[in-house]
Amino acid sequence: MNPPDHAFRPRPESGHRRERAVFWLFRMATYFILACGAAVFLNIFFKGAGTVFTASPPFINTTFLTEAPESLYVFEWEGRKREMGDREFRAFKEQNPAAANVKTESFVYSAGGIWPCIVGTVLLVVGSMTIALALGVSAAIYLNEYARDGAFIRFIRLAILNLAGVPSIVFGLFGFGMFVIFFGWNVSLLAGWFTLAFMVLPVVITASEESLKAVPKGFREGSLALGATRWQTIRKNVLPYALPGILTSSILGIARVAGETAPIMFTAAYVVRDKLPWEVERIADFFFQGVMALPYHIYVVSSKIPQNEYTERVQYGTAFVFLVIVALIATASILLRNRLRNRYKW
Amino acid sequence: MESPASAPAGASSAGPASDAPPKTADRPAGVAPGMVRAPTSPTLIDIRNLDFFYGRTQALHDINLKIEHRKVTAFIGPSGCGKSTLLRCLNRMNDLIDGTRVGRGTIRIHGVDIYQPDVDVIELRKRVGMVFQKSNPFPKSIYENITYGLRLHGKTDRAQLDEIVEKSLRGAALWDEVKDRLDASGLGLSGGQQQRLCIARAIAVEPEVILMDEPCSALDPVATAKVEELIQELRTRFTIVIVTHNMQQAARVSDRTAFFYLGRLIEYNDTRDIFTNPANPQTEAYVSGRFG
Repeated sequence: MNPPDHAFRPRPESGHRRERAVFWLFRMATYFILACGAAVFLNIFFKGAGTVFTASPPFINTTFLTEAPESLYVFEWEGRKREMGDREFRAFKEQNPAAANVKTESFVYSAGGIWPCIVGTVLLVVGSMTIALALGVSAAIYLNEYARDGAFIRFIRLAILNLAGVPSIVFGLFGFGMFVIFFGWNVSLLAGWFTLAFMVLPVVITASEESLKAVPKGFREGSLALGATRWQTIRKNVLPYALPGILTSSILGIARVAGETAPIMFTAAYVVRDKLPWEVERIADFFFQGVMALPYHIYVVSSKIPQNEYTERVQYGTAFVFLVIVALIATASILLRNRLRNRYKW
Repeated sequence: MESPASAPAGASSAGPASDAPPKTADRPAGVAPGMVRAPTSPTLIDIRNLDFFYGRTQALHDINLKIEHRKVTAFIGPSGCGKSTLLRCLNRMNDLIDGTRVGRGTIRIHGVDIYQPDVDVIELRKRVGMVFQKSNPFPKSIYENITYGLRLHGKTDRAQLDEIVEKSLRGAALWDEVKDRLDASGLGLSGGQQQRLCIARAIAVEPEVILMDEPCSALDPVATAKVEELIQELRTRFTIVIVTHNMQQAARVSDRTAFFYLGRLIEYNDTRDIFTNPANPQTEAYVSGRFG
């Protein structure tokens, strides 16, 4: 018989081929992105793991996680190559006076650990997200629940959108001019908090507004029809349901706040600081001290000091710890969000 | 334009201050002279010459309507005729929509113009409850749904709340179905149960008036029958205004029916008269199913 001649006859082969080609194009684009991501993570993982983990128990390089950065001294002693941190080397010289004159090479920040940077980054994230959420959620509530649409409100929305496109270095400059110089806060936690908070505000506001919008109108009307005020309605019957979405947005915010170097390099970050943030005389001093931070530390050890095999360890070790910390904070937020989401389902 | 049930502006001036609370007004206030009708109740809500706008669009034209105390009043008419708009004027839910305004006229409840600037909208909505087209139980437990309004108004005594929850759920003919799972989410109920939960929530705050905006449009016939049965029970305690697309429903549940078309009140009369002996040819065409 002839090939089937009916309404549902197969398309010509060329059509099939084109379909398959397009399908593969999209599939390859997706795989390519996956491959790039994997390359970045695996690179940091393998290079960083050597610094963070050790071959002998307890298998974790506790010095790296709990000490401050030190200079590394490399020298030959009794025919063997020795690597020692600053303090260790001094103790060694006291024990072996003959070592005082040994020829050493020194590498800054290549020994010790990154504990102050971890502390600084966590403080920066917690403080700036608190400020950003307080301001951002308030603004979103105003824009979505109270404000009547008009030219002024449209202008505000436009401004918020534009703010989201401002490069982070510009926020850094703004923070420097505003908080560090004009308010006289100097390079401090407080200045860093506000600079970072302003940077993520557009994201927090936009996402919070979306979450508020996603709460069905019926919940508001139902509440108002029972004689609730607007604020009662928002507090009891809108905000609790919007919270999971707001938290989701803040998770993205956390990653940005933790990761940005530019906004803190003028406002909050020190290259090195001997004391930990809580070692202050008065409580007020806590807010007006600069801190070390992981992204800035990576920047310093990668571009501000001579590069060699020893600095590379610190770079990748720091990057590795940094990723783990961001992942931990994000996981905590996700768990919190899921708990809230299970409580309020509709 | 014809509005048979409401007296013409001149006639109603017989007593501008006569819109006394229903308790003292024992004369048939809502009846135009000469109309033959069933035993009447005092007027609770008195709408006069009401024009209402969404921005520049006029949604309601010169509405004159008296809603009687403890009667069921049905608003019928094709989509977009303004019946829901008028309903939402009665507890000022339209305030929530940007650009809406009353252009002219008054709505008086107990003789008080509810669009006066010194009217507390919160108090108004406590007294004039509402049930929506789409049932909207809050994503909380059944118990919390009922007590939501009470807690807002400061009732926190657990024993008292328990009592009101039971009373309201019984009042909404839902108690037997949910008494064993008051802590379960209100969203776990069936569509019809959800709507009855919303009714229970509304009656828990003891309003005088319950506005129902197409309460059965999303329900199946069995659930609809239950809600209609419930309306029959509630009529003894509340004044009910119901918007419906379903003419049989209006015929079954209401005492008085108002027919709207294109933002105007075409005819307002006893339900029986509207359906058996309409005065206006448009009403006749609509109730006989020729349009709409």
